[in-house]
Amino acid sequence: MTTVTWTSDEIMTVTAARSLRDGMACFVGIGLPSTAANVASRTHAPDLWMIYESGTLGASPDHLPLSIGDGILADTADTVVSVPEVFNYWLQAGRIDAGFLGAAQIDRYANINTTVIGDYDDPRVRLPGAGGAPEIAASCREVIVIMRHSRRAFVDKVDFVTSVGHGAGPGDRERLGLTGAGPVRVITDLGVLEPDPITRELTLVGVHPGVEVSAVREATGWDLRVSDDLVRTPAPTDTELSVVRSLTGAA
Amino acid sequence: MVVPLGEAVRQLIHDGDTVALEGFTHLIPVAAGHEIIRQGLRDLTLVRMTPDIVYDQLIGAGCARKLVFSWGGNPGVGSLHRFRDAVTDAWPAPLEIEEHSHAGMANRYVAGASGLPFAVLRGYSGTDLVENNPNIKTVTCPFTGQELAAVPALNPDVTVIHAQRADTAGNVQLWGITGIQKEAALAADRVLATVEEVVDVLDPVPGQVILPSRVVDAVSVVPGGAAPSYAHGYYERDNAAYKDWDAIGRDREAFTAWLRELTSAAPGRTAPTPAVPPAPGSPDAGDPEPAGRGA
Repeated sequence: MTTVTWTSDEIMTVTAARSLRDGMACFVGIGLPSTAANVASRTHAPDLWMIYESGTLGASPDHLPLSIGDGILADTADTVVSVPEVFNYWLQAGRIDAGFLGAAQIDRYANINTTVIGDYDDPRVRLPGAGGAPEIAASCREVIVIMRHSRRAFVDKVDFVTSVGHGAGPGDRERLGLTGAGPVRVITDLGVLEPDPITRELTLVGVHPGVEVSAVREATGWDLRVSDDLVRTPAPTDTELSVVRSLTGAA
Repeated sequence: MVVPLGEAVRQLIHDGDTVALEGFTHLIPVAAGHEIIRQGLRDLTLVRMTPDIVYDQLIGAGCARKLVFSWGGNPGVGSLHRFRDAVTDAWPAPLEIEEHSHAGMANRYVAGASGLPFAVLRGYSGTDLVENNPNIKTVTCPFTGQELAAVPALNPDVTVIHAQRADTAGNVQLWGITGIQKEAALAADRVLATVEEVVDVLDPVPGQVILPSRVVDAVSVVPGGAAPSYAHGYYERDNAAYKDWDAIGRDREAFTAWLRELTSAAPGRTAPTPAVPPAPGSPDAGDPEPAGRGA
């Protein structure tokens, strides 16, 4: 039995950071994606090119911003462009390798909801809405999703499709004219899910140290398939943990 | 050209107007938003890509009939609870919403500034936004046959921005993250700019946007007018204030107390304090037709 010396958020953040390759241009959302991208840029991916939707291209903040437009992003960016430019010239034109998104709800085909819980015209919970996510999910070469695992969040069908993952299955992205590959990986505090290459259904491909497959299935609102090649996430290194904690302020 | 904020708001913004107070995290015209609340304006269609806490305040104060937006939240903190309360429980008044993605809103402003009836983008495809918003349609490219999204131009009656500086002639200069302000200003009938300071000469700054005075109807000097957001080169974002807003915004009583304090602490204010919860509609302000109308 492993002695757990990190939190579930920390292993999630570290695993997400490892998904980013050095030199990638990455569209970074605020919150968990921002933390993970900043961990990557401080460890194995020093040339990660971080883009925040406020128009800061190539930002390298020395601390985590609270918003997508904190002054530290503009101060450290290679250039600051207008909002139409970041969405039209950079994202829509296909210049971004990876989009890094969070979500309130995700379904078995990795469709994302950040709009409402319940009925759109009479919502139980009104969420912030789309922001840049629909076009990030459409036009980045690949999309990585990071979110905490629970039955409320991992649902058979999202209440509202804010951003398209793999639609209703194979061929849907092509039919809809979405240029990027869509979500290639979903990283949670329990493990890692990836779309099945044939069915496009999210499948459990990895579990974090100390996490049982049954616990992941229990926290998923559909009958979660498990890969034959299931792997165990390597434990965070001391370096990774110290970087995460220096960013989040945890001792 | 350079007029006190209260006078500028009275001259340029009227009940029922479509008003955009733009700012993408940076340079948010918060003081102007508060002046709109103090003057008790009603039935506004509020437009903004990223309505944050000043829009939460405007909505909670009952100024808005409709919100056109793409992301309504307290950045890095969570939801806007006055916005939520208005949408789910019609408090203090029902709020109609029209929502887009950022790319859609940005292109709507670009079309508005360009004098075009609509904008084209690769977006929205497959999302539920399409069937819930009649202002998202598709158009076929006449050259390639590609099907693309179309959204109508956005032309606010009034756009309000905050900038670092203006000169005495009313040319307005902003820099840092300049977001969508240029497009929002050029798309509007009337433009109000609040600024940190007025100077004789605008020294060039890297990455600057200049709005020539001929497209600006009024400049008001409001040092700190973007707080708790920030003004690059002047003051930093007050992240604690955004976090503190969560507790106030969550609770109708706490919000009402906040509102009472805002509307009573208004030097030089002449408009009546809005009732809470306000009745729909409000007395006619009886202002003359503002400059720039009818373009």
